[in-house]
Amino acid sequence: MPAAKAIRGIGHSTINAVWRIGVATRFFFLTLMYSGSSFRRFHLIIKELFSTGVMSLIIIIVAGMFVGMVLGLQGYETLKRYGSESALGVMVALGLVRELGPVVAALLFASRAGSAMTAEIGLMKATEQISAMEMMAVHPIARIVAPRFWAGIISMPLLAAMFSAVGVFGGYFVGVVQIGVDEGSFWSQMQAAVDFQHDILNGVIKSFVFGTAVTVIALFEGYDAPPTAEGVSGATTRTVVTSSLAILMLDFILTAMMFGGS
Amino acid sequence: MERTGIDLWVGIFVVAGVAALVMLAMKVGNLGTYNVSDAYKIHAYFTNVGGLKATASIKSAGVLVGRVDSITLDTQRYEAKVVMSIDKRYQFSKDTIGKILTSGLLGEQYIGLDVGGDTEMLKNGEQLKKTQSAMVLEDLIGKFMYSKAEEPAK
Repeated sequence: MPAAKAIRGIGHSTINAVWRIGVATRFFFLTLMYSGSSFRRFHLIIKELFSTGVMSLIIIIVAGMFVGMVLGLQGYETLKRYGSESALGVMVALGLVRELGPVVAALLFASRAGSAMTAEIGLMKATEQISAMEMMAVHPIARIVAPRFWAGIISMPLLAAMFSAVGVFGGYFVGVVQIGVDEGSFWSQMQAAVDFQHDILNGVIKSFVFGTAVTVIALFEGYDAPPTAEGVSGATTRTVVTSSLAILMLDFILTAMMFGGS
Repeated sequence: MERTGIDLWVGIFVVAGVAALVMLAMKVGNLGTYNVSDAYKIHAYFTNVGGLKATASIKSAGVLVGRVDSITLDTQRYEAKVVMSIDKRYQFSKDTIGKILTSGLLGEQYIGLDVGGDTEMLKNGEQLKKTQSAMVLEDLIGKFMYSKAEEPAK
């Protein structure tokens, strides 16, 4: 019967998905468990900070600049209708600090650093480097996964903060320098409206959560990839797709918790 | 890459990230305060400051001349005491009038200074004697209703 077959198909894929989530969660806790040794060998984390954080700097700064400039232009066009161009700074800063900074930086981080992590670990697996480590009684999660995990968690909030800071200057450049919004009201209204705890700290918490999600997904996909060329390429694609969706869904949940309903 | 090179770059990365956070907190957020460089301070009492905020602009003839430093309630006279920083380049006469005005219909509030004819100039720490408070919509409507009710019926 085709109907029964279709339903069986749905059941199969559901079980598969739940099973994968379970394995990923176990992988996450294993990573936390084996993190101790990577803190004792901190140079491993520093090396990964270089390849995830420092190498993502250029893309984050350039993207932040342009996002801020676009916000400045669009914000001015809309606020002009209500004669409140002086609130441009508020709009640019709140938009960046609360939402665009953490979210766009995390999306860029997922495609820049996350995909690289997956490909690297997947290739290590395909060339049996991970099995070789196990043979030498080196736990691959402690040696390979945990340093990358902590590097991702450390660099994500820093990258998001840089994105927001550069974006505010992008908005300043377009709004104040080019269009001619009053510089004083741009900054003073911004400072009056942006609260350190409510806005900036919540943005940092967001980027921290996104960083955790992206690195866990990327590392798990790499570690779980079939050890073939095709398997690694599929895992890299899945990393970018899954972590982007995870970022956007988590963002909604976090925003609802932080800013909604109060 | 050499180990020291990596250390250097990671150091730069972390310092830049922390600097961005500090900049967000101080310049974008409300942890820092905006200062006018090279300024003198004067103060004025208003019966109602409306929506005036610290760091609001002070204008004379539409030109930005200073910033509002602080707004506090003086419990001696139960009026708002507004401390202002005025740019040293601009001097105002002693009988200058300070008014709280609104830029545009929905815009922010600022203090407008109307210069009088006195030959003596305001010095650091002196007070603006004549002020005009912010326009409060409810009071305005109340006055309008009152004056309407006083009109003889036609």
